[in-house]
Amino acid sequence: MALSPDEVRHVARLARLAVTDEEVAALSPQLSDILGYAEQVGEVAADDVPPTTHPFALTNVTRPDERRPSTAREDILAAAPSVEQDRFSVPRIVAEEG
Amino acid sequence: MTVVEFRDGWELVVGLEVHVELATNTKMWCGCSTVFGGDPNTNVCPVCTGQPGALPVVNDQAVRDAALLGMALNGEVEEHCWFHRKNYFYPDMAKNYQISQYDVPLIHDGYLDVEVELEDGTLDTRRVGIERLHMEEDTGKSLHVGDTGRLHGADRSLIDYNRCGIPLLEVVSHPDIRDAETAQGYLRELQAIVRATGVSDARMDQGSIRCDANVSVRRIGDDLGTRTEIKNLNSVRSLGRAIVYEADRQIAVLEDGGTIRMETRHWDESKGVTETLRVKESVTDYRYFPDPDLVGVVSPPEWVEEIRALMPELPAAIRARLSEAGVPMAQAITLVSGELMPWFDEAVAAGADAQAVANWLTGDVAGQLSTEGLTLEDSGLTGTHLAELIALVDDGTLSTKLAKEVLAGVIEERGAKGPAAVAEDRGLQQVSDEGELRAIVEQVVATNAATVEDIRAGNNKAIGALVGQVMKATKGQADPRKTNELLREVIG
Ligand SMILES: [Zn+2]
Repeated sequence: MALSPDEVRHVARLARLAVTDEEVAALSPQLSDILGYAEQVGEVAADDVPPTTHPFALTNVTRPDERRPSTAREDILAAAPSVEQDRFSVPRIVAEEG
Repeated sequence: MTVVEFRDGWELVVGLEVHVELATNTKMWCGCSTVFGGDPNTNVCPVCTGQPGALPVVNDQAVRDAALLGMALNGEVEEHCWFHRKNYFYPDMAKNYQISQYDVPLIHDGYLDVEVELEDGTLDTRRVGIERLHMEEDTGKSLHVGDTGRLHGADRSLIDYNRCGIPLLEVVSHPDIRDAETAQGYLRELQAIVRATGVSDARMDQGSIRCDANVSVRRIGDDLGTRTEIKNLNSVRSLGRAIVYEADRQIAVLEDGGTIRMETRHWDESKGVTETLRVKESVTDYRYFPDPDLVGVVSPPEWVEEIRALMPELPAAIRARLSEAGVPMAQAITLVSGELMPWFDEAVAAGADAQAVANWLTGDVAGQLSTEGLTLEDSGLTGTHLAELIALVDDGTLSTKLAKEVLAGVIEERGAKGPAAVAEDRGLQQVSDEGELRAIVEQVVATNAATVEDIRAGNNKAIGALVGQVMKATKGQADPRKTNELLREVIG
């Protein structure tokens, strides 16, 4: 499966990554190769192999609904780029461009 | 499905997405508290703020609650489901993805029967299909700071992650709804079912139940039109208004030769209009993929039956039971939606007549509590108190008027004293003791000679004045019917 330069730009935008035209030119074949490797899985997956979402044969890893102490607010807020009124202050949210 | 015409030649098509915040003790993936209204960023940890390396672990109770609600909505429990990441950038979701379910939700193929009152007063049942119910997590809360205080014109946003990671169930209906009344009825009924199952307090004002509406219109007989998604519907009333406004807007655009854009629109309650919020991202833009941090959820049939056994009596069954006991439908709806059933059942079990109990609960009890700003629970009034009050009216100890005063007294005492004790303490019993009442009547007759002459001359209406005098002398505690009888007897 070949990814077009426009598809690479679209995916980059969704991931909020700025890419130059040179990078797009280099990334298109690289990403296409990766998709190609993944497609090989489809060739060996027979009808009698159920789809899987996880490499571990584990299910129902749960915890009881019991409270545990939360982290001290100053420790959590220490990771914020900017703090105001005990909240994370972030730049204005801009509307999604089409 | 029969065609319901919305406007001349046009049909309305609505599907609802309802988010229910679960009333678990802890969040979906971590042990942080879910309590509403805590100080900002006090119920947060590395997991719910998306710190690198933090790992989510599924809250067992949230899965049980989801299965219970799903079954209450007549859905099928999926035997093996899993979680996906929905990728998008928005600062209220710290991880830059929301853990949700995508191709295989926990519940599929349910339905809800909605009763809609027709113009002639009869009830019509409309079945709304439920496509799925999936588990996900809530986002944080943003406070937009700037000149306008709104998102538009704000220069920065302040984020509180307390709500981030609270278990959320999304209930997605099929686009089966054809009028605003059915949409409103669906939301009301869903709210009542959520409360009955106890999985959430389902308070729209606190956001523990939220509703988005997908609205489109089509010329009758055509294929489905392009839909818009309406957000910010904060009440059942807003939902109805927004649907009608949006459908009319779309019809006007289409009749003008224009086209509808797939977008998310914001309902402005004060202006009564919907406005473009953002053009919708397509589903592929969310780049859903199975969350590698979480393993699947397997729900064996024995487990499903164990949860089903916890199912309480649901609102529709309760209303049917009330209707059979002779309670009018409007009161039955109030009893269920107002969560008054424990009191009703207790009073009836204590021997009171069902219709009398329904009258008191939906009438004077509701009225007095709303005046006092109290909940029934806080008032201390019990179903047994109500039964006692009704018995005191039935045996003539209390007039209806005095019974209302006694009720106020019981509420004032927060239930520490029952109706009989309150009536006794405050001397509120009706004076129906013949001897006592006769003495008062004789005195009134003796001191109102002119009026008595009037009555004897045939002016029957004048007796009202004497009844009034007796009432005054007994501070309103005389039985009016008996007073009337005695007056006629004494006057002769
Ligand atoms: Zn947490």
